[in-house]
Amino acid sequence: MVKAKNILTKISEAGLVGRGGASFPVAKKISAVKDALRTKKTGYIIINGAEGEPGVKKDGYLIQHHGEEVLNGVYLIDHFLGSDKIKHIYFFLNKEYFKNYVPGLKKILSLQKYQNLEKKLKFIVKPEVLTYISGEESALLNLIEGKKVEPRLKPPYPTSHGLFNSPTLINNTETFYNIYLVEKGKFKNERFYTINGAASRRGVFSLSAELTIEEVLKKTNNFPKFPFFVQVGGEAAGEVLRSDQLNQPVEGAGSIMIYDIKRTDEKKLLKYWLNFYHEQSCGNCTICREGTYRLWQIINQKTFDKKLFWDLITALDESSFCALGRSLPIPVKSYFLNIKQAN
Amino acid sequence: MNIKINNKKIVVKGIETILDVASANGFKVPTLCHHPDLEIQANCRICVVEVVGRDHLVTACSTLVEEGMQILTDSPRVKKARVINLELLFAEHTKKCGHCTLRYNCDLLKLAVKYKIKNNRFPSRKGKRKTYKFANAVEIDGTQCIDCKNCIEACSQIQKINYLKMEGVGINQEVVPVKDKKIACIYCGQCTLHCPVAAAQEQSAWDKVEKFLRAKNKVVVAQFAPSIRVSLGEEFGLPYGTNCEGKIYTALKKIGFNHVFDVNFGADITTITEAEELLERLKDKKAVWPMTTSCCPAWVAYAEFYHPELLPHLTSARSPHIHLAGAIKTYWAEQKKINPKNIVVVSIVPCTAKKYEASRPELGLKGSPQVDLVLTTRELAFLIKKNNIDFKKLPDGQGEKLFNNGSGAAAIYGASGGVMESALRSANALICEHSKNKFCDSHLEFKEVRGLAGLKEATVNLDGKKIKVAVVNGIGNIERILPKLKKYHYVEVMACPGGCLGGGGQPIPTTKAIRQKRLEGLYAIDSRRPIRRAHENKAMMTYYNWAKDHKLSKQVLHTTFSQKKESILTTKKNGPKTIFDFLF
Repeated sequence: MVKAKNILTKISEAGLVGRGGASFPVAKKISAVKDALRTKKTGYIIINGAEGEPGVKKDGYLIQHHGEEVLNGVYLIDHFLGSDKIKHIYFFLNKEYFKNYVPGLKKILSLQKYQNLEKKLKFIVKPEVLTYISGEESALLNLIEGKKVEPRLKPPYPTSHGLFNSPTLINNTETFYNIYLVEKGKFKNERFYTINGAASRRGVFSLSAELTIEEVLKKTNNFPKFPFFVQVGGEAAGEVLRSDQLNQPVEGAGSIMIYDIKRTDEKKLLKYWLNFYHEQSCGNCTICREGTYRLWQIINQKTFDKKLFWDLITALDESSFCALGRSLPIPVKSYFLNIKQAN
Repeated sequence: MNIKINNKKIVVKGIETILDVASANGFKVPTLCHHPDLEIQANCRICVVEVVGRDHLVTACSTLVEEGMQILTDSPRVKKARVINLELLFAEHTKKCGHCTLRYNCDLLKLAVKYKIKNNRFPSRKGKRKTYKFANAVEIDGTQCIDCKNCIEACSQIQKINYLKMEGVGINQEVVPVKDKKIACIYCGQCTLHCPVAAAQEQSAWDKVEKFLRAKNKVVVAQFAPSIRVSLGEEFGLPYGTNCEGKIYTALKKIGFNHVFDVNFGADITTITEAEELLERLKDKKAVWPMTTSCCPAWVAYAEFYHPELLPHLTSARSPHIHLAGAIKTYWAEQKKINPKNIVVVSIVPCTAKKYEASRPELGLKGSPQVDLVLTTRELAFLIKKNNIDFKKLPDGQGEKLFNNGSGAAAIYGASGGVMESALRSANALICEHSKNKFCDSHLEFKEVRGLAGLKEATVNLDGKKIKVAVVNGIGNIERILPKLKKYHYVEVMACPGGCLGGGGQPIPTTKAIRQKRLEGLYAIDSRRPIRRAHENKAMMTYYNWAKDHKLSKQVLHTTFSQKKESILTTKKNGPKTIFDFLF
């Protein structure tokens, strides 16, 4: 008799990677939690559906259109990790999604099959401030625990020392959806692309994960006829690319923002990024708390202190505590390198 | 495993951080938020180092060494990021160096000089923040805070009081006292001991002391506490635990004090008062058990707020510096024919809570305080440096003749378990003097109650009567004993880890290893003193009996306690800039 493959093997063979932005192998994370649960009595699952990165809208799309599949993915993992050990499951949503989609999700949860899931699933609403950092997995743990929302030092990782110091699996909504697809044998290595900005057909599209940026834009009839550049992977942390640099895959959380060169005010764009990071910095580490604030000051001053500006950008990249601080230099540097210097 | 730091080959055994390995091998990596007492936070980003091959710098305090790692602690990349971070921290810290007791010992200032920080690229941004004052003991000055949270962590992780929290986010976050009415500050000053930049600091009194020293009609006397003699030397580069009592006499005289006393004499008064109370309770069938110590003012503040029901347990014996001040203002004044009103007593203690204690009305004498001003060890070090006194080269001096420098039992008051051991030494000896039994073991040392463990327990044989004793080392351990308190006869509580030797007013840094060295220093003093038991101190007993004969027990030997509903908090507004902003 051929032993039925377990879900972990299937996920591993499908090569599933996390869809929150960091593209971490899903099977590795799940097995780390499973291992940690061997010696610990309690564990947790967290579904991140709060869309941390501005410009990404796939979580909402998925919950709206594939709510049952997402929950089914959660159900499978809960079962695999040991339903008796998983004390609670937290579904992290932003305010809008919470308002619009929780009734639908509750309806699905009322089905006989999800009886057990319903008992332990709690919805968590994203706070009004620090919306960006609260999506960072360890900061999310602090949020749920009622502590100050800021990232934790890693290691230890949440897989072994997560919520209330217990093993915790944190994955993006899309990842749970993919787990469902893998189990059903329907996974075709597709991912959700969010297309925004000066696009003719904005929206969320499910296409092969192997497409280049150019192919995604063309397949969705979004390839602009006007001079443009894009920001890929999020409107905050995404990399800025010229129209002749699009022969590469879509990174991060899978968003493509199209900017019409003629209509884009450079100063406004820089101000948007710097203001965003300065407002979203949790305050934990020096360089992010102070550095983002001082960058924002510099860009708002009459005279632009170029040296100080780049010193701060470099120091953010080099010495930030977490990925949020490290990500500010990505759009700024790539904008200057690919767009400003190239023109 | 084999690693390289700045191209030097190093073999590392076990799991260690880059910071620890670097320090052990003579590579100085600067730190601010790192403190061995606290969990690693890695938020100041000053200790960043380069690991060859990695995209980003790493913090040495939080990164474990790995096989083959090549670490650069001072590469151009490291310097660039470190300098920017320092500059940013400097812009958060409104410079008040001219008036700051940490001035000669400030890591931030030293780093700014070392890395030639440009101090004008970012305008100072916290000048208008508030200062929170906790009674007259401790203050947290928001204009100087660099957001490292060490104060919050010291208050929560070490002391488990949780009086401080970070409010707000990003650049608007600020350390504030919590508004929870179930939580109160106990003035222990562990926040000040763990603050790298003196934003949390004692409410200084050295300027007031200087005013008195300049006044012509005052007899200004200093009295210094048991533990500062083994810690003050650290401020001047002497080895940890060095006994500096001789130099302290000389230094205080040089600063201008008319007379100098050793609080050890006061500790002997405390011991005999407390030992007698213990013996009386043992005779009294209705006595409240256990008796607890009360010489730690932060423990008293804790009991008065959190557990008023425990107040009858506290010994009524006053604390050593209050005892000695009482002796100075009554007996000594009478012998010397000085009007007590003209005497100004300045205590130098390892403690911030003693500032609060000295101001307690029940510890006054005829309406004015017995101890007029209280300085911490740090403030004394500051005054010595400010007066350009070369402390290391000072000859040994002597104190006021009428009162001596105490027994060995007094010396160990500075260590957790010391007060208990002192009282037991005397109680045991006194009981044996009057014993009807053939054998009465009046042994001297009670080693079971020594050391840095959080909770120490022992059963002691007092002439056939077995009494159970416990020592709570650090208020963070108090919860471990409260549920089973009834089973003990005698309990010592010291709010700070290690006792006074780890007090909130001690030199910075104070760490577990340093506390251990200070502890060894105190027990070494004890073992070398000609008398080891308090009641064998004849000069002290002369005074003690004099005070009793003159019916002064209430005024100078005993005190009372009362429930407190809240801790004392005042808020001070700060101006946008101080003169010192321009000076430094």
